[in-house]
Amino acid sequence: MDTMTQSAPLPFPSAWRDRHLLDLERLQAAELFAILSTAEQLKALTDGCRRKISLLSGKTCANLFFENSTRTRNSFSLAAKRLGADTVEFSSAGSSVAKGETFVDTAKTIEAMGVDWVVTRHQTPGTPHLLARELGCSVLNAGDGPHEHPTQGLLDILTILQHRGPRDWQSASLDPSQLLAGMTVAMVGDIAHSRTARSNIWGLKSLGADVIICGPPTLVSPRWEEIGFEVAHRLDDIVERCDVLNLLRIQFERQQTRPFPSVREYAALYAMNGDRMRRAKSDILIMAPGPINRGVEITPEVADGPHSVILEQVTNGIAVRMAALWLLSGASDIAASESNPPR
Amino acid sequence: MSRPTPTLLQPIVIDGGRIVDPANGVDRIGRLLIIEGRIAELDPCDGDCPGDAYWIDAQQRVVAPGLVDLGAELRQPGREEDETIQTGSNAALAGGFTSVLCCSNTNPVIDSAAAVELVTQIAQRLGGVRVYPIGCLSKGREAAQMAELAILAEAGAIGFSDSPRAMPNDALLKRALDYCRMLDLPIFDRPEVPGLAEGGIMHDGQVSLVLGLKGLPTEAEDLAVARDVRLAEATKGRLHVGPVSTMGAIDMIGRVKSRGVPISASVCPQNLHGSDALLRSFDSRFKVHPPMRSPAHVESLQQAVADGTIDAIQSGHMPRAREKKGNDLDLAPFGAATLETTLAATLTDMIRTDILSWSRAIECLSTNPARIAKLDAGTLGKGAPADVTLIDPDAAWTVRPSEFLSRCQSSPMEDRELFGRVTHTIVGGRLLFVRVEESTAVV
Repeated sequence: MDTMTQSAPLPFPSAWRDRHLLDLERLQAAELFAILSTAEQLKALTDGCRRKISLLSGKTCANLFFENSTRTRNSFSLAAKRLGADTVEFSSAGSSVAKGETFVDTAKTIEAMGVDWVVTRHQTPGTPHLLARELGCSVLNAGDGPHEHPTQGLLDILTILQHRGPRDWQSASLDPSQLLAGMTVAMVGDIAHSRTARSNIWGLKSLGADVIICGPPTLVSPRWEEIGFEVAHRLDDIVERCDVLNLLRIQFERQQTRPFPSVREYAALYAMNGDRMRRAKSDILIMAPGPINRGVEITPEVADGPHSVILEQVTNGIAVRMAALWLLSGASDIAASESNPPR
Repeated sequence: MSRPTPTLLQPIVIDGGRIVDPANGVDRIGRLLIIEGRIAELDPCDGDCPGDAYWIDAQQRVVAPGLVDLGAELRQPGREEDETIQTGSNAALAGGFTSVLCCSNTNPVIDSAAAVELVTQIAQRLGGVRVYPIGCLSKGREAAQMAELAILAEAGAIGFSDSPRAMPNDALLKRALDYCRMLDLPIFDRPEVPGLAEGGIMHDGQVSLVLGLKGLPTEAEDLAVARDVRLAEATKGRLHVGPVSTMGAIDMIGRVKSRGVPISASVCPQNLHGSDALLRSFDSRFKVHPPMRSPAHVESLQQAVADGTIDAIQSGHMPRAREKKGNDLDLAPFGAATLETTLAATLTDMIRTDILSWSRAIECLSTNPARIAKLDAGTLGKGAPADVTLIDPDAAWTVRPSEFLSRCQSSPMEDRELFGRVTHTIVGGRLLFVRVEESTAVV
């Protein structure tokens, strides 16, 4: 049974100053560390029988989802509730958006009802940035088209740290930019349409990991190499030196033309299967942001096997989102007090 | 307005300014006399100036032939929420333009004599900037069948285009280039292969890759330019290709020109002054067409203007209402108000940086566009229509779209400090725009 207990507030890590969480590309290692370590603390606080704490009671989180979502939406909702906040749920289907209202006006209307955070998902890159300019409350990006999905990137990184990071990775004495040094992480699959990839690569790079971007040339641009990432077009070429494989779903719904001849051919080249597992490092981590297409990017024996941390990723998602809400609530207050100093 | 204004067709003396007239090889301090709407004399002595002349002290100013824009959307009839011929004319005058070629994408489109005459008559009644309609190249702008080009020409169309939509029908373009030889009128094509550009929002490059925004690849423009110039060469038709934005386009235009094929090309100021990095803000004011490209393309375009590969700088004025531009990037239309910043942007980023001389800049903004459109404009030669623009080259100002005379308030130059402001715009000997310090007036 859920219980509500009064906890001593967590400190706001001084590294976190922003009012919004829009992307990982522009976050420094110290900021990433602030969220990740806060997430770990909050996860510990809400584990076991004590599911709810009242850190954010009296505050309200609005979930504005203009695209379908199951896990992210529920994860944000649960995160807010576990911290004692109220939630407002919005879906574009059947709303005023369907009547022609712009999404900015819709967001402003919801904000006018008195919310502290707007969590938004939209099919167009940059929409959270637009809302951040238009709204007074904090904005959290829950996925903007193929651009970024910062909390997904953070929960992936948190999962890697828990399994493969330094034992004392939460220690403030470590250099956050070296937390994942020596670790090789491959993002495999539909990079072109993946917001998860675009958040992971920046976060992983900031924490010192070597990132490989792997997929067919029609889904992995050579420009990634110009930007400084290793690109591979065959999973077989890299599988033996990877510490982590993050297997991305082929997003058929975002593709205007089929970027490979057949699903069968794609699976032959890129699916993580038993044969490739036998060639991989013995402690390899298998991740997937979900939903997964069994038999396409991952076979059932791997998805359900001992190296898979797919369900742990889901659990960590709530912790990361709790941390984001908590830090943004503080950053928001700090920003407000700085712009309106007490008389 | 604190100063008296001249009565209609009162003689005007513009005294002491730096007269830049590339058509006549003039670039020196001098005096200009205007009588009965025409240039009467360069450097008249005091005795030649009529006693009732209206004198304009042009010291520290540049006196140039009125600017000619090769393509601005005026949006009337049918899209008056974006712009009207009145507001577009006012914006043009404030930007130093005295002639504007009006794009055919009104609603209804300009594919009939009636539509040509409607635009012309509204503009004439307003008595502002000279407006020359471009007729549709294809009937209904549907790229299936040639519009009635000769009838459109008879009604006053000065060229043909479906721009800003590219012409996807190769055979139709070839036929039209062939057909137009008898009319001796140009075809303006905005080069882009639609299939390669479909759904694109910004330049296809590193920035679009990181932002996850669908790109407009350079090859979409390069292939279309290759087709266009090859068809112009084959038919000997009059082709103006533009606005262009890529190194590949410049390369092909240069190669064909070196073979003596008389094509012409233009570029928009936003492609000369800003790169795709500006879209990192996800701000729709930078969603323009052609898209802002990478810095390497920008630099190549600037050089191509300087070395003559590109003939003209056109505003690319695509006004769109605020409620449209306020939407997310997918839904926000391409476009911006550029008539009022084209000259200042050119001055700031190309003249003050020594990429262009004043003479070459005026050639690109006035002399060459007038030649391409076969207009009696673009010169301060004796007897020419008195279309004159006076510019204070040292005036520094910050772009505030809310102060634009255009109905559109979206500008990729917003908040930029630019140098150079138009102080007077004279059309046919009539002083139609005056800016005195911070006061602006369309007379």
